[in-house]
Amino acid sequence: MLASLWQQLSDSPVPIDSVDLAWAGLAPVMILIGGALLILAVDSLVPRRLRPGSYALATVLLAAGAMVAAVPLWQRVQDAERGPFATAAGAIMVDGFSVFATFVILSAVILAALSFDGWLRREEMDGAEPYVLMLLSASGGVMMASANDLIVMFLGLEILSIAVYVLAAMHLRKITSQEAGVKYFVLGAFSSAFFLYGIALIYGGTGSTNLVRIATYLSATVLGDSGLVLAGLALLLVGFGFKVAAAPFHFWAPDVYQGAPTPSVAWMASGVKVAGFAGLLRVFYLAFSTYRLDWQPVIFVLAVLTMLVGSVLAVVQTDVKRMLAYSSINHAGFILVAVQAATAAGVQAALFYLAAYTFMVAGSFGVIAVVSRKGDIGTSLDDYRGLSRDRPVVAFAFALLLLAQAGVPLTSGFFAKFYVITAAIEAGSSTLAIIAMITAVISSYVYLRIIVAMYGAGDDVPAPRTIPLPAAAGLALVISLTVTMSVGVFPGTLASLAERATPVLIPESDPGAVDPSGVPPGP
Amino acid sequence: MDDLLLNQFLLLGAVLFCIGVYGVLARRNAVLVLMSIELILNAVNINLIAFGAFWGSITGSVFALFVIAIAAAEVGVGLAIVLLIYRNRRSVDLDDVAEMKG
Amino acid sequence: MLDLVWLVPALPLAGFLILVVLGRRMGEPGAGWLATAMCGGAFVASAIVMAGLIGEQGENRRHLLTLFEWMKVGGFRVEVGFLADPLSITMALFITGIGTLIHLYSISYMHGDPKFSKFFIYMNLFVFSMLMLVLGSNMLVTFLGWEGVGACSYLLIAFWFSKDANASAGKKAFVTNRIGDWGFMCAMFLTFATVGSLDYSVVLEQAPLIAPATATAIALLLFLGACGKSAQLPLFVWLPDAMAGPTPVSALIHAATMVTAGVYLMTRVSPILTQSYDWAPSIIAWVGVITALFAATIALAQTDIKKVLAYSTVSQLGFMFLAIGSGAYVAAIFHMITHAFFKALLFLGAGSVIHGMHDEQDMRRMGNLKKYMPITAATFIVGWLAIAGVPPFAGFWSKDEILLSAYEKNPALWFVGLVTALLTAFYMSRQVFMVFFGEERWRDADHPDAPEPHESPWKMTLPLVVLAGLATMAGILNLPFGNRTHFLERWLEPVVGESEHTVTAAASAQIGLAALAVAGSLVGIAVAYRIYYQRKMEPVEPAIMAQGWKYDTSIAAFMGGPGREAFEATATFDGTVIDGAVNGVATLVRGSGVHLRKVQNGFVRTYALGVAVGVVALLAYFLSRVTF
Repeated sequence: MLASLWQQLSDSPVPIDSVDLAWAGLAPVMILIGGALLILAVDSLVPRRLRPGSYALATVLLAAGAMVAAVPLWQRVQDAERGPFATAAGAIMVDGFSVFATFVILSAVILAALSFDGWLRREEMDGAEPYVLMLLSASGGVMMASANDLIVMFLGLEILSIAVYVLAAMHLRKITSQEAGVKYFVLGAFSSAFFLYGIALIYGGTGSTNLVRIATYLSATVLGDSGLVLAGLALLLVGFGFKVAAAPFHFWAPDVYQGAPTPSVAWMASGVKVAGFAGLLRVFYLAFSTYRLDWQPVIFVLAVLTMLVGSVLAVVQTDVKRMLAYSSINHAGFILVAVQAATAAGVQAALFYLAAYTFMVAGSFGVIAVVSRKGDIGTSLDDYRGLSRDRPVVAFAFALLLLAQAGVPLTSGFFAKFYVITAAIEAGSSTLAIIAMITAVISSYVYLRIIVAMYGAGDDVPAPRTIPLPAAAGLALVISLTVTMSVGVFPGTLASLAERATPVLIPESDPGAVDPSGVPPGP
Repeated sequence: MDDLLLNQFLLLGAVLFCIGVYGVLARRNAVLVLMSIELILNAVNINLIAFGAFWGSITGSVFALFVIAIAAAEVGVGLAIVLLIYRNRRSVDLDDVAEMKG
Repeated sequence: MLDLVWLVPALPLAGFLILVVLGRRMGEPGAGWLATAMCGGAFVASAIVMAGLIGEQGENRRHLLTLFEWMKVGGFRVEVGFLADPLSITMALFITGIGTLIHLYSISYMHGDPKFSKFFIYMNLFVFSMLMLVLGSNMLVTFLGWEGVGACSYLLIAFWFSKDANASAGKKAFVTNRIGDWGFMCAMFLTFATVGSLDYSVVLEQAPLIAPATATAIALLLFLGACGKSAQLPLFVWLPDAMAGPTPVSALIHAATMVTAGVYLMTRVSPILTQSYDWAPSIIAWVGVITALFAATIALAQTDIKKVLAYSTVSQLGFMFLAIGSGAYVAAIFHMITHAFFKALLFLGAGSVIHGMHDEQDMRRMGNLKKYMPITAATFIVGWLAIAGVPPFAGFWSKDEILLSAYEKNPALWFVGLVTALLTAFYMSRQVFMVFFGEERWRDADHPDAPEPHESPWKMTLPLVVLAGLATMAGILNLPFGNRTHFLERWLEPVVGESEHTVTAAASAQIGLAALAVAGSLVGIAVAYRIYYQRKMEPVEPAIMAQGWKYDTSIAAFMGGPGREAFEATATFDGTVIDGAVNGVATLVRGSGVHLRKVQNGFVRTYALGVAVGVVALLAYFLSRVTF
């Protein structure tokens, strides 16, 4: 029977296409996935335990290697003659946008891995799994950022998410970690299902899942807005909104951030959010730019709700992790303000914000991981009293990172907010800009509360305690602080990188003969 | 496939979808919630295949295959997490898992 | 010569950096001397640049030095550069000048403090930020300095943060300033959206082309920023609390320099203010004069030596805004300079008293200090006469100019200003009499063996003497005897010339107003003299005792009864309504947070319901957009 089947196949009048792959374009993803599998294999094949820290080191090296592999890609897409290109039968797009997002996601991997090392040893959970999961999750994130097809987008999203569900539930002895895992999983799967339904509707409305073909189809049929496509857009927005924790899809974030292992949260708050926004921008800004007038008001409302919820609810918290969870919701709202602008400046502002924010938030959660005690407890505001005395350098670094999150000048956070607001005003959304700034003022109170707790004195300061600072965590702190402060003083470099990281749509799979002009990005 | 037939498939998909959503919202048992999510995914599969047939392209079917694979992975992870919860609490009631709030 | 302007902020920055690295090793007093030297160097550099500017004429009297391009994004370009013009250099000169004196003073004042070198790190950083603020060539650099001085201010307020009140005062300053900064940022965005640039040279040149509505919005938003920084109603609450910091900080930051940043900013953007609707300057004038009156009435009832000065600062800043609202920018800058001299003098004098009294700040426990601290007393008296507006001391001339312009804007403004001036003379005299005259009160039942006060070392008294000289003489900067003696006005003309209000009143009317102002001051002093000084003299002058007693008792009755109630009511108003408004917003946020968090009830199914509601809402909206 097999033979007859084979016969049929080979006689088939239509030969099976062999997809033309530009391997270089996929190199970062391949390095991440291959590396993750390699670590897994080594972990199960090597009989005795490796030196502690070797998995973290391997993860950092892999992420750095993926970065190195991405450098020629960046040079290539910036080259006027060669430019961006699509690969894997047009399902993957390598352009400035995807490479920029890849860099940011990989930075998040490095910071989270450095933070994981000491934390895992303290919790006596040292092993390969967290690193493997994070590398796989990062590969999903990179796929989302470079997806040129909704199938790839969905695959990326699921690879990203499933690994993160496990990362959240990873702490076997901590009951809130499992609670975080189950909450994240149920809600995540729920919203992914909506996302998927949305893709199906869009496929039904346009006949394709390829973003380029969707855009072409939509611009060709100008007669009226299709109900299928609009409903599909609404559901896609649910999926992305959930990943970036935009209200009213944000409910999971505070509980999950509070319960999940802190280094996992560092990754969730940075890398996962970057991937979510990258996907959101690619789909809405690029493929559905013709429906701009339909989705802009929705993003407007989402941004307002998100910023308000994030800032107002942060004020009433007493747990530092939870405070930062709400503040990260507020940050997501800010980035939505940039998305709402739906201009090149808006995309650039969003990318700048994401890059700056990744270092701030990964650094901040890195500090929380250091300050917490065995069992991943001790994250309430009271645990931070007297930190300036017990660990002055850590307290100072944390204060700077928090000020950066508040958007104080001379930190990257200031320019991140500055660009977002400028983009919003240029796009005519002054109302949104003003609301954004009001919420920024509200949430600056939260950061201040933490700083005051660290530096405050008086009767309620607990007795001194020793807080060990693992070298890797210290390195992560140094990196994030260096980036935050240097971008704050010289924002030009990052801003010009973000400016050149424009997403494009090119209906082409052969990297050799790409028309560099491509389809103009958006309106 | 004509419009009329397509609509019947879509209707089936929508009904399954709604049952699934209802299940997630109304069920307290974590395993049943997982099953409801599976139901939604299957509703999507029906949609995908119906649309694929409607447009005469293979994309829908391919996508459906991917969805089946992903759903399996998702349910695997989900059940593992539920099992973990069960070991600690001897219960799979989602309403019992509400320690963090506010 | 003009290119040396970069040196002005660079020297304090260098001091800051050196101290950060080596501060602890240099220790006391090396770190203090280094910081002082850097600040002094900046003063010399400013003087050189000023000399260079004097050499130029008219429109050439400005120099733009671009250091580097800071950022460039699309059409948005910001350079870090310095604008040396008469206004900025005048500011730089008095900031560095007073800064140097206060640094010198602090070497003694902070003697023995465990964080000695850290204090000077902050001080140099502050001077650097302040210079960035005034010298910046565009709004963003100014804003950077603006935030920098704010940050230093919190750090220095909370410098002795072992005291709980200090930490919370720092917090209050932070929050109110954020509100002000918000206004500044909005103004910046609006300016950029309108003009397409943040450079002063471009913005101010194009100011006449901005639509009045936009110009009004920009001006009022900037004014909101100025209100935060310069402690005007309703955002002044932080300044009195800020007195928790070391006294030199109060003198430098919360009297002489930082709090005047708002006045500088409004003067800098005067063409925008001119372009806005007429009621915008009126709002500024009224906010200024009401703040002045309000703060002065509160100052009447204070017993803490620094609190009196703090409210007095708020009040004097109100005068400066009154000047700005009346279009008298030169008078505002003039008063800013004279005020910097005499208020720094008063604060340093108060610091000297506190130092000599072994950290006692309650005026009720002082008295007759002139015997023990002659230099402090003499210089403090000079400061008192200057702030009270007694000719020929500096405060008289500048206050007179403001009142004159206010009179031409609206006599009601002038009248409130005059009453405030009278109250100022009164409460300052009260302070002087309570502290330096009368009987010695530091030993009482609670403190039977309080040590005797002593005069401070030369490093503290030298700045006092210098400042006293300046507070006496600064009036000659802008004497109202014809155009020739209006040095400051002619000097600042290239900057504010087109916006400046021209005095039209006849010379006789001017003299009449000045005479009224002097009379007001003298009445204030006289009343205070009878209440706080003569009461102790009554055994010596029995003949007028009855009269004096009658007068005293009625005043005392008034002060004890309705008068005190009125003053206390204003103090309560400050405490409840103004604080309340600030707290009210906080309560609103907190309250809505408390309610909103109930939704976050921990149940997965509730969250799923939230997602589902979101889905339904999004679907409903998107499907409503379907066009058939």
